[in-house]
Amino acid sequence: MYRVMVTARYYEERLQEEYLEGKQPAFDISAGPIPGELHLAAGHEASAAGVCQHLRDDDTVTAPHRPHHIAIAKGVDLDRMTAEIFGRETGLSNGKGGHMHLFDPAVNFACSGIIAEGCPPAVGAGLAAKKRNEDSVAVAFIGEGAVSQGAFLESLNLAAVQNLPVVFVIEDNDWAISMPKDRVTDVEDASQRAGGFDLPGKRVDSDDATAVYAAAKEAVGRARDDNGPSLLELQVHRRMGHFMGDPESYRPAEDSEAAKNRDSIERLAAELRAAGVEDAELEEIRDEAHERVDSAIEWAKEQPQPDPEDAYEDVFAGSKSGVTTTEPAHELADTTRAGGDD
Amino acid sequence: MAQQESTQTVDRELTMSRAMVEAIADEMRTNEEVFYMGEDVADYGGIFDSTQGLLDEFGHDRIMDVPISETAYLGAAVGAAQAGMRPIAELMFVDFFGVAMDQIYNQMAKNTYMSGANVTVPMVLTAAVGGTYNDAAQHSQTLYGTFAHLPGMKVVVPSTAYDAKGLMHNAIRDDDPVVYMFHKRLMGIGWMPAPDGPKTPVPEEAYTIPFGSADVKREGADVTVVTLGLHVHRALEAAETLAEDDIDTEVIDLRTLVPVDTDTILESVEKTGRLVVVDEDYRSYGVTSEIIARVAEADLASLEAVDRLAVPDVPIPYARPLENEVIPATDDIEDTVRAITS
Repeated sequence: MYRVMVTARYYEERLQEEYLEGKQPAFDISAGPIPGELHLAAGHEASAAGVCQHLRDDDTVTAPHRPHHIAIAKGVDLDRMTAEIFGRETGLSNGKGGHMHLFDPAVNFACSGIIAEGCPPAVGAGLAAKKRNEDSVAVAFIGEGAVSQGAFLESLNLAAVQNLPVVFVIEDNDWAISMPKDRVTDVEDASQRAGGFDLPGKRVDSDDATAVYAAAKEAVGRARDDNGPSLLELQVHRRMGHFMGDPESYRPAEDSEAAKNRDSIERLAAELRAAGVEDAELEEIRDEAHERVDSAIEWAKEQPQPDPEDAYEDVFAGSKSGVTTTEPAHELADTTRAGGDD
Repeated sequence: MAQQESTQTVDRELTMSRAMVEAIADEMRTNEEVFYMGEDVADYGGIFDSTQGLLDEFGHDRIMDVPISETAYLGAAVGAAQAGMRPIAELMFVDFFGVAMDQIYNQMAKNTYMSGANVTVPMVLTAAVGGTYNDAAQHSQTLYGTFAHLPGMKVVVPSTAYDAKGLMHNAIRDDDPVVYMFHKRLMGIGWMPAPDGPKTPVPEEAYTIPFGSADVKREGADVTVVTLGLHVHRALEAAETLAEDDIDTEVIDLRTLVPVDTDTILESVEKTGRLVVVDEDYRSYGVTSEIIARVAEADLASLEAVDRLAVPDVPIPYARPLENEVIPATDDIEDTVRAITS
């Protein structure tokens, strides 16, 4: 878990550096080596690490628009994921998807840019496993802002009535872009919503990777043993803006400061030290993680840009079949004006 | 009743977002029934500055942040409108329409008709549209054609600050549901530089621009370019280059798609004999085919040559070379005009 968490944190720090290149001094979202929006997950590491420790490659994970830490924890190919974020030809999606739309079928990972949208596909993965009598499970990660969406509530219900092997994980970082949690919901503990669907719900009320690990073990085990879905709400924190470039003028400075002071990685390191792990070992893990990340970023940046013509491929499974192929006849009938009166 | 378009000369220039906000504020001051709701519209001021500053004057009761629940709040806007209020509800990215399309096209758009006009839905649905900043397939669509295709919604697409203000006044006063689609690249947001064109002089007093009045943004004798939104500015830029080669291009800005001003287009084509339609929406079954069909139906005899430029039928890709390939650029417009005037 510690390795996953330090990898994810450093990965995001490096992405942030790369993202800001060329976008300054006046922030221009369409400049620089990394295209588009970028949503970073610094402060979310405990949830991804603690949950995904219990998952296998054949288990499915759907992640939201803030996906990197979950992807890393699930074992997504780091080189190709990075190339995708840089929009390169050898990226996971050949440059078509980008950071909010990462797909790695080798480890059954997908993410999506629309709130709560990953819940129904996770239910579908659970349904497929059940129909095939397999013991794989599906985990849908969403943010606490997503609990108001119909897709989330409908998915809880469908998974419940079909008794499907799905774990719904809410990462509660207290902010839905500019909306603090208390203005989004009157239900402080979103895990209580599970009760409305007759499911078990549990909240881990701290950035405690060990406690997340224990709670997830129970939920994933329950799903794997054909005992149905459950809901886990995990407190994380948001160390930065909703997206890179977010001025966060809506957020009290003390809230940002408090978030930065609750570091799940330091907390886990302290626990490991208390359990007898040497500092040197932690440093070695950290150094290896950093090296791995640097190597992925270096590799990604060396990858070629996609050929513009590639834009027309992949609309359908049979490649080019989706594109309008008719070339317009620029000129109408070459006689006179069509329907003319002369 | 509606004032006519303002013709007085003014020096004051506004960005498109400031002009929109000015119209909303003016209508809110004069009509207590007008209110605005959406995600991140209050404390944040709208992700694309669509409500910047309104919270200070009107407070959270009339500039309402809502939970991430498009079905609920867009449907609530329909209900409030049917109760006689005049809500403006914002869909942050038009791409998110799918979350709430049932409320939009089965209620907002149809209730007037299904009730035999005994019920009206005087609301405005605002939505950010457009790509050109590499945000991939779930955050970059324009979808002009989707909304214009389904009957019951008026569809407005401003391209300048002057138009944005006049059309917004009209939209709020209209007794029908109006979909007001603003292009992110035109708003004048700090982090997404706009071209020069959309910042225009804007009179301080209220004025309306009637729906169904296309605007001839540039007069020309050789070829008619019909377009809307961001591509008005790309077409104008192309026209300047083409003028150096003695190709005199007329540029028509549709301004509204429902109702659409066919007469202005026909008058122009009668003069030039050549038509190019440019759109940032998908090519098939869209704005380009509709405009060409209308001209062909009404006056095929005038039409010597015709062509269209739109996004080929592919989702908007992420990587920069791919996105550049599919979204019509200024030089694509130049090439197309040259091809049909040669």
